[in-house]
Amino acid sequence: MKFGVVTFPGSNCDYDAYTAIKVLGEEVEFLWHKSSDLLNSDVIILPGGFSYGDYLRSGAIARFSPIMKSVKEFAQSGGLVIGICNGFQVLLESGLLPGALLRNAHLRFAGKYIYIKVENNSTIFTSACQPGEVLKIPIAHMDGNYYNFDGEIEDLKKQSQVIFRYCDKDGNINAAGNPNGSIYNIAGISNKEGNVIGMMPHPERAVEDILGSSDGLKIFKSIAKSFSKGLVIERA
Amino acid sequence: MSNKKATVFVRLKDGVLDPQGITIQKAILNMGYDQVASVRSGRFFELEIKTEGEQGDKKIEEICSKLLSNPVIENYTLEYEK
Repeated sequence: MKFGVVTFPGSNCDYDAYTAIKVLGEEVEFLWHKSSDLLNSDVIILPGGFSYGDYLRSGAIARFSPIMKSVKEFAQSGGLVIGICNGFQVLLESGLLPGALLRNAHLRFAGKYIYIKVENNSTIFTSACQPGEVLKIPIAHMDGNYYNFDGEIEDLKKQSQVIFRYCDKDGNINAAGNPNGSIYNIAGISNKEGNVIGMMPHPERAVEDILGSSDGLKIFKSIAKSFSKGLVIERA
Repeated sequence: MSNKKATVFVRLKDGVLDPQGITIQKAILNMGYDQVASVRSGRFFELEIKTEGEQGDKKIEEICSKLLSNPVIENYTLEYEK
């Protein structure tokens, strides 16, 4: 299987994502924002960073780049897309995922290791995790405060679209474990179909023990595992 | 044909948390002004528009809803000036 990592002007986790896939042992290639060619990738990674300087709103301008037109078509035809941090913001602005990310409730940049609980391990992106597993993964963001209206949060819960929630070291979901004020401690969600996921924590920065944690690798391993089980992606 | 000017005001919808507004309100209270009950922050854009007529106005609305505001959390108002 082949991963494609999109580079926008201002992306700064594209090389981390590329390296994470190398650690995973799969094929990976960079995709340029001005191109509309996904180079036959099976999975698209929208990496973290400050695409287009975060001007206007995080992710608001990246959404209109030529590559995103292709990514949107790819996602809508069932292709796998994972947006990390700024990539999550781009997916929300594109309408591929529901909701929005507001400024952190405490108004400070949050850069540290946090814990997230795997709320749903039956997804393509979490199939290698245990139910309720606690992952240690770093965050690094200013606008990570997930917001959506009450009714929509209920829909996300009902449809098992809440994939990761911030928690403490022991897996308790509480205010102390919530680094940015996100509603329902939401750290990552998927679309209804389950082929698009967005998350604020950076799994690509936690793929080797020397980095402080290798828990992030489980997410990429999950994708590979789902793929090897014969996941068929229909391309438009 | 002269350019016309549009001003777009983007505001957070009612009920959407505005941490910046809350912090600004706290600063105002700390300054000793106790009459301010709440602050909501927003942003505005000034556009100079080349085309005129209704069709042009519709396109400006599109710009506002597709790019300048995020309809999930924000509303916008559009004002024209000759």
